[in-house]
Amino acid sequence: MTDVRIDDTRTGERAPRIGDSAPRPDGIPKVDGSFTFSSDLWHDRMIWGGTLRSPHPSARIRSIDIGPAIAVTGVHAVLTAADVPGNPNFGLEHVDQPVLASDVVRYEGEPVAIVAADHPEAVRLALEAIVVDYEVTPPLVDPALAESSDPIHPDGNLIRRIHLRHGDQDVVGDVIVEGTYEVGMQDQAFLGPESGLAVPAEDGGVELYIATQWLHADRDQVAACLGLAPELVRLTLSGVGGAFGAREDLSLHAHLCLLALRTRRPVKMVYSREESFHGHVHRHPARMWYRHHADRAGNLVRVEARLLLDGGAYASSSGAVIANATCFAGGPYRIPSADIDGVVVRTNNPPCGAMRGFGAVQTCIGHEAQMDRLAAALGMDPVELRLRNVLAPGDRLLTGQVITGTAPVAEVLRTCTDHPSAATLPDDTMSLPGGAGRTADPEHVHRGEAVALGFKNLMFSEGFDDFSSAICRLEAGVATITCACAEVGQGFVTLAQQITREVLGVDEVVLAPAATATVGSAGSTSASRQTWMSGGAVQAACEEVRVRLIARVADENGIDPDELVMVDGRVVSLAGDFEADLASVTAEAVEAEVEFRHAPTSPLDENGQGDAHVSFAFSAHRAIVDVDRDLGLVKVVELTTSQDVGRLLNPLQAIGQIEGGAAQGVGLAVMEEVQVLDGRIRNASFTDYLVPTALDMPPVEIAALIEQPEPGAPFGAKGIGEPPSISSTAAVVAAIRAATDLDLTHVPVRPTDIALAGA
Amino acid sequence: MSTGPYVLRVNGHDHEVPDAHLGESLLWVLRERLGLPGSKNACEEGECGSCSVQVDGDLVCSCLVLAAAAVGREVTTIEGLAPDGELADVQRAFIEAGAVQCGFCTPGLLMAIDTLLDDLPDDGAEPDDLTVREAISGNLCRCTGYGRILAAVSIAAGIRREHGA
Repeated sequence: MTDVRIDDTRTGERAPRIGDSAPRPDGIPKVDGSFTFSSDLWHDRMIWGGTLRSPHPSARIRSIDIGPAIAVTGVHAVLTAADVPGNPNFGLEHVDQPVLASDVVRYEGEPVAIVAADHPEAVRLALEAIVVDYEVTPPLVDPALAESSDPIHPDGNLIRRIHLRHGDQDVVGDVIVEGTYEVGMQDQAFLGPESGLAVPAEDGGVELYIATQWLHADRDQVAACLGLAPELVRLTLSGVGGAFGAREDLSLHAHLCLLALRTRRPVKMVYSREESFHGHVHRHPARMWYRHHADRAGNLVRVEARLLLDGGAYASSSGAVIANATCFAGGPYRIPSADIDGVVVRTNNPPCGAMRGFGAVQTCIGHEAQMDRLAAALGMDPVELRLRNVLAPGDRLLTGQVITGTAPVAEVLRTCTDHPSAATLPDDTMSLPGGAGRTADPEHVHRGEAVALGFKNLMFSEGFDDFSSAICRLEAGVATITCACAEVGQGFVTLAQQITREVLGVDEVVLAPAATATVGSAGSTSASRQTWMSGGAVQAACEEVRVRLIARVADENGIDPDELVMVDGRVVSLAGDFEADLASVTAEAVEAEVEFRHAPTSPLDENGQGDAHVSFAFSAHRAIVDVDRDLGLVKVVELTTSQDVGRLLNPLQAIGQIEGGAAQGVGLAVMEEVQVLDGRIRNASFTDYLVPTALDMPPVEIAALIEQPEPGAPFGAKGIGEPPSISSTAAVVAAIRAATDLDLTHVPVRPTDIALAGA
Repeated sequence: MSTGPYVLRVNGHDHEVPDAHLGESLLWVLRERLGLPGSKNACEEGECGSCSVQVDGDLVCSCLVLAAAAVGREVTTIEGLAPDGELADVQRAFIEAGAVQCGFCTPGLLMAIDTLLDDLPDDGAEPDDLTVREAISGNLCRCTGYGRILAAVSIAAGIRREHGA
């Protein structure tokens, strides 16, 4: 990322601070085409890299012959597992995934060899020329059979089981409803493909320019695989074309560095879209059985659930995903008794890991369907049932943890459902299900409406030492912030400037490149954590600079430091006898580096109990859909939402997150599923894996953004990225159920689920 | 299958393409040979619209057009949308409306919206919601959910109507 700065002094207006809809500092380069994404990088003497992938979901490798590939004109290197000098494996939480497969391949698309050549065409020819002798073995593709099958990996087929037991286990409700639900595998489908550039350094190290969510975690994994000290592997964030969880794990990082170090040439690699579908983890497919118990008045008394997530071939972040799915399996409700068995297993299906919502998306689909079933069984209004049971501050979660922060659950639900709908009946065929296909018969179109509630944790959990680092340097009245927080599109760069201006009263804020060599870890851009964590680090660094500057000015001028304050770009004494502008008192720079941590958390015990989480964010969605029952086509007409945001730091960016997250939720509800048959992805393209277009997305009406400042959070702001992707899917699916009177237990809802129901 | 050099006219300038391989897409030649990486490469099969450019004023996916087929035509890319160095109306509208997040779809969307606004009937009426949605339905955006992009179109349409561009 290039240095970016905003200079609003020309307008004579104060540069935007906390609460303002500040413009993005990278906005201009992103609209004029000059912003450098990781696929746009170029270097003198640069050559191209490529990856040979397994065509089989399960096979033994008998031999690999790279001779014919080396003979291809323009080829500089062909590397296999034998060329990995350090740790042969990498992994975000568990080091279980080979950099290059040596003896066994465990999923279709697993990297087996890498090539560097003068031109992508030479790369392609060389990859085709590599001869791999595979002994194909039967793949383990049914997650339900994983625990009873022979291990497909030395670490076994069970990645993690959490058996959560809460409260009195003998409670039985007056009214009991049961259901089984399935969620398909969703792809993050970021637009900027995996790509990067590795440049060998003269000190024997390597510079890697990369699109990622966590530079320092990547560095540590890559360095271990290369057998190099971490400081010899220097990562710099390049322009990131979206992430949504798919860039938490390594993809081509180690491959690029291996090729650059071997060839002593800069090497660039860009995945194709098909390769991207095989090159990153997906959202876990889930099978969920639920049994809800309530008394006759509609009070929840117990929830039982069996959650089975398919982790695919390697662990990635599966252990944390199943923890979220299990901890939040009941939804944002007061539930005194629970038995939740959460399991994530290893199979020969594509590896799964992080995606926006991280385990809470799947269980929201389950618990909200159950709440609707329970309402029907009780003869109660579904909103009334939810309001009767919603969590509030002081209540306990299923983990036994007491909510000590804000929890405006009733508020998000009430404001969302009270908001008047602007939806009109379709006035032309283009607005009907089927749209441009003009296939729907208006007589057969049914409208449905429903609401859903969702929540999840913010930041990392279970005792993880979660921190972010930032450096603030104030010189000649200009603040420079150095933070390794990965800007992936969410707008941290905007907030970093707003926070700096707010604390220091400066207008001009420069953001240094995010890199591992200049500053400590910022942690991951995930778990809705960067506004709180890196925002908190920037705030603390700026406050430390203020303290040091005031001490210095006080010392130099013989004034008590308690008598000095900073106001709008000046240092002034309370007595009014001293005043200096920031530019003059910072001719010599003032600098501070801080590490910021959230309140500590605890591991879960053997019953899934413990204060494992920091903070929680809640959202509600109401969906209105039109459904053609004959054709099984759905038009999502309107989404209305309310969200718990703590405090709004940048309203425009918040709206962007809320609308964008809802679009991914609509996609999962009605069209997005990576179709895997016998371990093979059948739709690895944007032709066959559909994401919502502007014609598929309804207007998103924001009923309310509930501002109840969260204790402990910088400026009281909660992360806002994930909740919009959690309750939106559940609301749309519930609305389709309302329109069709069908159970619809598979998500996404497919046309055949509707049109062929009962056939 | 290389052939002699040919000349592509891009953003008002002639560019010689040496060592040409006739199988190269316009997107590849723009990005890797002419140093114009503003047009993006998200699917390279005509589904996402992130590579959109104008050829003689028509919106095309540059990944689906052979570069050699654009010889003798006027190609406009994101780098040429605002030739005088100031931001074009649609570019300003994107920033103002908050239509930019990761920015990968942005160049293609800007080209699509510029084409839409150029092709509107000259009656001064703002395009209706469905017309706009259809016009940008070939451009995938994964970050915004399109809400702020639609707001930007409305702003840009207003600017263009005022200035009669």
